[in-house]
Amino acid sequence: MSHFRVELRQRAEELVALYPRKRSAMLPLLHLVQEQDGYLSEAGIAEVAELTGTSPADVRGTAAFYDMFHLEPVGKYVVGICTNVACLLAGGQELLEHASETLGCAVGATSDDHLFTLEETECLADCDRAPCVQVNHRYVRTTTAPDFDAMIADLREGRLDADVPAHGTLIRVRRSGGLRVSREELAAERASARAEREAREAKG
Amino acid sequence: MAVLSAPRIVSARAEYEDSHTLARFLATGGNEALRKALTMHPEAVGAEVDAASLLGRGGAGFPAGRKWSMLRKSAISYLVVNGDESEPATFKDHFLVERDPHQLVEGVTIAAYALQVSQVFIFLRGEFALGLERVQQAVNDAYETGALGNKIFGSNFSLDVVVHPGAGAYICGEETSLIEALEGKRGFPRIKPPFFPAVTGLYGEPTVVNNVETMSNLPWIVLNGGAAFAALGQGRSTGTRLFALAGQVNRPGVYEIEMAKNTFRDLIFDPALGGGLAPGRSVKAIIPGGVSAPWFSPQQLDVPLGQDEVAEQGSMLGSGSVVVLDDSSCVVRAAWRITKFFSRESCGQCTPCREGSGWIERAMYRLEHGGGREEDLELLLDLCDNIAPGLTWPPQQTTICVLGPSIPSSVNSAITMFRDDFLAHVRHGGCPHD
Repeated sequence: MSHFRVELRQRAEELVALYPRKRSAMLPLLHLVQEQDGYLSEAGIAEVAELTGTSPADVRGTAAFYDMFHLEPVGKYVVGICTNVACLLAGGQELLEHASETLGCAVGATSDDHLFTLEETECLADCDRAPCVQVNHRYVRTTTAPDFDAMIADLREGRLDADVPAHGTLIRVRRSGGLRVSREELAAERASARAEREAREAKG
Repeated sequence: MAVLSAPRIVSARAEYEDSHTLARFLATGGNEALRKALTMHPEAVGAEVDAASLLGRGGAGFPAGRKWSMLRKSAISYLVVNGDESEPATFKDHFLVERDPHQLVEGVTIAAYALQVSQVFIFLRGEFALGLERVQQAVNDAYETGALGNKIFGSNFSLDVVVHPGAGAYICGEETSLIEALEGKRGFPRIKPPFFPAVTGLYGEPTVVNNVETMSNLPWIVLNGGAAFAALGQGRSTGTRLFALAGQVNRPGVYEIEMAKNTFRDLIFDPALGGGLAPGRSVKAIIPGGVSAPWFSPQQLDVPLGQDEVAEQGSMLGSGSVVVLDDSSCVVRAAWRITKFFSRESCGQCTPCREGSGWIERAMYRLEHGGGREEDLELLLDLCDNIAPGLTWPPQQTTICVLGPSIPSSVNSAITMFRDDFLAHVRHGGCPHD
């Protein structure tokens, strides 16, 4: 019995098929688990282990290396505020402290209503609009305290649903049909290239 | 005055509101370069890139053509595109993947043809949710229009491109770490030698790793010729480059300008570029090339933005980032935050980086927040010396990758340039700016 919903299980299998080795689908698959559960649930981790031919401990150990993966439940909206140097110079630290008051939760924690998790992030590569704020990894570009509060009010009222989808950085990424090179064909091409290389190297 | 007459090689299409769409791409010369390349011998395409002397735009500045020719002797299995842009205050690849994803895909396809690779992975930062959508859409469009897949545009060349998301780790910008992440593992940089994935890359096979901006230059080079590209710029710094200007300037943003023909002063003060500082403010320090780079003082404002010109002054052009700190800023706070970043992002494999980054961060924290001592300055320089002996630039290597030796840059620069600011923090028992 799959833990993934039917649609996600299908996307997961398609992702695995894109790579020469199953394990390469590890990070995309973990993003799919977060798309469904908001965080890396035990059942989700077990399913990624099954899909990648690894163990749950291996999956958890890999996931723990990466900042975007949550090993504990998070709020509906993960609010990330950058305080790295460009944002620091533009008041990122002050905006983070303000956000903590507005959301009623400490940095790294989740609000009591489970709506918001607040994170201090490293550079998000949007430094010309510092300080940089992302919600569920969408740039919301609210650089002042009043703008931030208005954005949070909009989130609460669902007015930003189109701009800020739920969890999962791949939630709107779909590889469509169309011409694709078959995996077998690619493998054959690589094998012949390798044979050619080895023949050339053997020649000196 | 800034020299702004050079063509826009990678950012021309981005002027349009709908620059990311297939319609705009095709209406503005999209795929012309790819069609031309497919009529050429693959090695002739590589020769144009060689003639362009295109330096890699990721940070290390290694000539892309040479990276390829090291491999042309042996067949390459994979091309991996590095779009894991995470060097603080660098945002030019973010600009390219969101504003011109089709150009990237066209460039990647040209590179794959030149290298005769049949499988490409485009590795993008996981935080680029919109960038991932747009690059995947561009790949989908390319399959649909015959620009990818089996027998591209009726040629004998076939290619598969997979868009791969990262998951939040600065270190994955390091190419061997990126390969580990692409193999589904923790992003630990691999031990060198081999120094290049060309020898042992993805799945142990020969692999080329090139940056997003490097790839985005290829359509123009193929259409206009490597010589036309090399005619721009100066010395080793050919062509144009995207500079990501951030910090305390009036007009932060991504600007494409000719390499080595403009100075830091041009970039920061020209009305068409940075537009100067807030009224009454002056430049206190500049961080060129990302936070891994040693800082510049106002005395270096007239240094040209070229690879060798910046290197001669003891820093690097690096990732093309330029951060301006004005005279109201606290350099101790800025340097502390940078060390906090390295401390958080150290992968932990090597002792100097793992232990040193945390130790430096704690000493910098107490200087900024109270409890700092004058002898902390010597302690900090000693710690820096332990990570990168001699504190030279480029730094001595004590670790597997260059993250470790990048840690001392900001601390060493800040202490050397602004010792009085540190002493003021000690006397004040914390930051005098608070």
